[in-house]
Amino acid sequence: MVQVGVAVPLAAEMLAQAGIAQTTTPPAYSPAKRGGGGALKLLYWQGATLLNPHFATGTKDLDATRLFYEPLASWDPDGNLVPILAAEIPSLTNGGVAPDGKSVVWKLKPNVQWHDGKPFTSADVVFNWVYAANPDTAAVTIAEFKDTKVTALDPLTVRLDFEKPRAFWAEAFVSRGLIPKHVFENYTGSKSREAPANLKPVGTGPYRLTSFTPGDLVRASLNPNYHQPNRPYFDTVEIKGGGDAVSAARAVLQTAEYDYAWNLQVEDEILTRMEKAGKGKVQLVAGGALEFVAVQMADPWTEVEGERSNPKTKHPILSDPLVRSALNLLLDRSAISQFVYGRTGPATANVVDNPVRFRSKNTKIVYDVDQANRLLDQAGWKRGQDGVRVKDGRRLKLVLNTTVNQPRQKTQAIYKQSCQKAGIELELKATTGSVFFSADEGNPDTADKFYCDLEMFTVMVGPDPGSTMQAFCSWEVAAKANKWQRRNIGRWRNEEYDALYLASDVELDPVKRAELIIKMNDLIVQHHVILPIVARPMVNASNNRLQFVESGWDSSLAFIADWHRGA
Amino acid sequence: VTFPGGFILRRTLIALPSLLGISVILFAVLALAPGDPFAELASNPNIPPEVAAGLREKFGLNDPVPVRYVRWLVAMLHGDWGFSFASRIDVSALILQRLPTTLVVIGSAQVLALLIGIPIGIYAATRPYSLFDQLANTFAFAGFSVPTFFTGLILILVFSIKLDWLPFVFRADLPSTGAQFYWDYFKQAIMPVTVLALFQAASWTRYMRSSALEVIRLDHVTTARAKGLAERTVIVKHVLRNALIPVVTLVALEIPAVFGGAIVTEQIFRVPGIGSLLISAILANDTPVIMGVTFVFSCLVLISNLLADLLYGWLDPRIALR
Repeated sequence: MVQVGVAVPLAAEMLAQAGIAQTTTPPAYSPAKRGGGGALKLLYWQGATLLNPHFATGTKDLDATRLFYEPLASWDPDGNLVPILAAEIPSLTNGGVAPDGKSVVWKLKPNVQWHDGKPFTSADVVFNWVYAANPDTAAVTIAEFKDTKVTALDPLTVRLDFEKPRAFWAEAFVSRGLIPKHVFENYTGSKSREAPANLKPVGTGPYRLTSFTPGDLVRASLNPNYHQPNRPYFDTVEIKGGGDAVSAARAVLQTAEYDYAWNLQVEDEILTRMEKAGKGKVQLVAGGALEFVAVQMADPWTEVEGERSNPKTKHPILSDPLVRSALNLLLDRSAISQFVYGRTGPATANVVDNPVRFRSKNTKIVYDVDQANRLLDQAGWKRGQDGVRVKDGRRLKLVLNTTVNQPRQKTQAIYKQSCQKAGIELELKATTGSVFFSADEGNPDTADKFYCDLEMFTVMVGPDPGSTMQAFCSWEVAAKANKWQRRNIGRWRNEEYDALYLASDVELDPVKRAELIIKMNDLIVQHHVILPIVARPMVNASNNRLQFVESGWDSSLAFIADWHRGA
Repeated sequence: VTFPGGFILRRTLIALPSLLGISVILFAVLALAPGDPFAELASNPNIPPEVAAGLREKFGLNDPVPVRYVRWLVAMLHGDWGFSFASRIDVSALILQRLPTTLVVIGSAQVLALLIGIPIGIYAATRPYSLFDQLANTFAFAGFSVPTFFTGLILILVFSIKLDWLPFVFRADLPSTGAQFYWDYFKQAIMPVTVLALFQAASWTRYMRSSALEVIRLDHVTTARAKGLAERTVIVKHVLRNALIPVVTLVALEIPAVFGGAIVTEQIFRVPGIGSLLISAILANDTPVIMGVTFVFSCLVLISNLLADLLYGWLDPRIALR
C-alpha cells in the first residue's frame, strides 16, 4: 500500500549516470491554456510563518515558499530528480558530474524570469550560496553548502566544487527554492532579517504573492510569465493555516470547503469515516518516515564519568545479541500496523524501505513468541517465581520511553503484552514531545541522551538515505563530550558498518552505491540496532476533482505548477 | 464630577512594578520550560544538529537567563518588542496584524452577550422563581459550565457538516469585495461570535439578575411604585440604572477573561487573532512572541482593573476615588 506509484525500479539519476537515457515521465497535464481554473484552497493546520526558503524551519514554511520560489530540480514520487530551473539533470554521461566526483555542473533553463521581469541567471544561483553560507545570515540551509564552492561559468552554467568526492551531490539548490540576487543582495549577513522580500517573495514560481499574514494566510495569483507552457491552471491559490488536523480533514472530506488538507495526523478510522461523505479522498504519499524502537547498547543505569549511557560501558542485558533478537521477534509489527495505524502505517522490517532502489529483499517480518522464548532460554535467562526471567540475580526488566502520543502508547501496550509472554517485564514511559525532542542538556529524558533501554520515535529518510545511514557510524556516537549532538544514540559501533559507509560516501556508481546501502541496512537489521516497526507515509486529503502529483521526497507542493482540476 | 487625574497617575505608578513582576515570572517560566524553537530542524536528517545549535547561539538562546531577561527588558523599554524566531519579523508587527480581528470578534461577542444577558437578567429578576426565571437560570448554568470548545464543535457539526449552512474556517482576508465581503464576513463570524457570546451571556444573566433583585427590594423602588408609575418606567429608570452599576464594573473586570476564552475559540474556528498567535507561538517555542502576547494580556488586566474602578466612581457618586 505504501508503494503507491513506485513503479520505476531504477531512478533517473541512476539510469542517467549509468549511461542510459532518462526515462522520467512528466506528470500527466491536460489543461490546454494558462489560468481559468478558479481558486485553489489549501488548508494547513500549521500556518506558514515565513516565506524565505533559506529560513524555513518546517515543511509548512517550505511548502508555502514553493508557490513562489523554485529549485534547480525537485524529487519526484519515485525519488528521481526532475529538472525545474535546470535545463537537465547533471550526470556522468552528459558530463555534468565529474568522473572524480569532486564537481558538478548545472546547466540552467534559459528565458526564465523573476516575478519582477528580471532574467534568472547563474549569478542568482551563486548568490544563494553566498547568502546561505554566511553564518550571519542565520540560514537553515548553511549545511547544504558545507565544503562547497559555487562558480558561475557563463550566464547559464554553474559549477559546484567539493573538497572531496561526493556520491550524493543533489543537496544544494535541490528541493529548496532559489531567491533572486537583485532583491536580496543588500540583505546578506546580519541584515538578512530586514529584507522586505522575506514577506513579499519575488521568485520564478507559478504564482505571485497577493498577501501574507504570518501563521495565518498566504494568498497568491497566477504568474502570467511562468516558464512552463499552459501552467499554472488555477487563477488564485490560498494556503490557510491554523486549527487542528481533525477539523482540517473535515473541511476537505466532509464539507469540501477546502480542496486539500496537509499532514493529517488523525486516526485512520476517523479518516475512513469522513471519506464516506464522498467529497474527497485520503492521499497516502510514500516517503521516508520510519517509526522504530532504538536499542541502547551502553549501560543507561550506571553513571560513569558523569554520564549514564556512557559509550565506554556495555548494556548488562541488551549487549547480548540473543536478547535483542528475542525483542525483535516479540515486536508484532503486523498487529501494530493493523490495529494502531491502519493505512497510515504499513509494517516494515527495513530501515530504508524507499526509494525502492534502496530496499533490501533480505529481511522479513516475523512475529514468533515461541522462538523468542527459546532464544532467551538459550541465553541463560530462567523464568522466575513471577514469570519474569532472571539471570545472575538480575531481572529481565527493560524501560521503553517514547513521547506522549496516542498511537505510540497503544504500540507500547501491544509490545508490553508480547514481552510478558516471553518473561520480559517492559516498563512503559511517556515523555512530552517538547522534552523528548529537545536538545536540553539538563534534562535526562531527551531522545539524544537515551538514558533508558529502549526508545520509540520516528526518523526521516531522505531521497538519498546517506545521511540517515551516517547516524549508525561509530564516530557519530552521542555522548557528553559532544553534548549529545551526534545522532548515533544507540551507541552501536561496528567496524564493518563504518567501512561500508565510508565506501558508499564516495561510490559514484549508483548501482554499487545502492548495494552498499542495502548491505548497511541488512547489518543494522541483523544486529537489531534498531527495530523498525511501521513506515509512516504522508497523509493528506484532497477533493475528488483535484488532479495532482505529490512526492514524499520533496515538498507536498513541489509540483504545484501541474495541479489542476479534472472533470 | 472632577477628573480623577491624581488617582489615575497613582494607579499607573502602582501598575508598573506589577508589570515588571509579571514579566520576570513569565520570562523565568518560559526559560525553565522545555522546548526549543529550532527543534523542528532536528527531524530533518539533512540538517545536521550544528545548524540548530548555531541558530540558538546566533539568537542568544545560549546566554544565561538573567542576561537574556535584561536584554529583553532594555529593548522593551526602548519600544523594541523583539522579533519572532519562527517568522523572523517584529513581534509588535505580528500582534498589530492580529489585533483587529480579535477586537472585532470579541467586541461583537461582548455586545451580543450584553444584549442577551441584560434583558433576560432583568426580566428574570422581576419574576423571581417563575418558569421564565427557572429557564433563564438553567440556561445560565449550562452556558458557563459547558466549555467553549464543546459548544464550538457542536455548532460546527450541526451548521457546517449536517446542514452545510456556514463555513467553519474563518478568514480575515476575504477575496470578495463590496456587499459580498460583508455578507461573507458576517456568515463566517456567526459561529465564533455566538460561542463566545453564549458563554458570556450566561454570566451576565446571573450578575444582572442578582443585582436587579437587590435593587428591586429597596425603598426607592417601592416609593416609585407607590407613586403610581408604570411598571416599565419603574424597572427601566429606577431599577435598571442602579442595578447596572456593579454589572458595568464586572464587564470591565471580565475583559481579560474574555480574551482568555477567545484563545480556544480562535483555535477552533481558525480565527487569526492574537489568541491563535499565542497558541502557535507556544507550540513553536517562540519565546519573544509568547512574551509579547502575554504582556499585552497583562496590560489588559491592569487597564481593565483601573477602568473598572474609574467607572464605578463615575456611575456611583457615593464612591470617592482617592
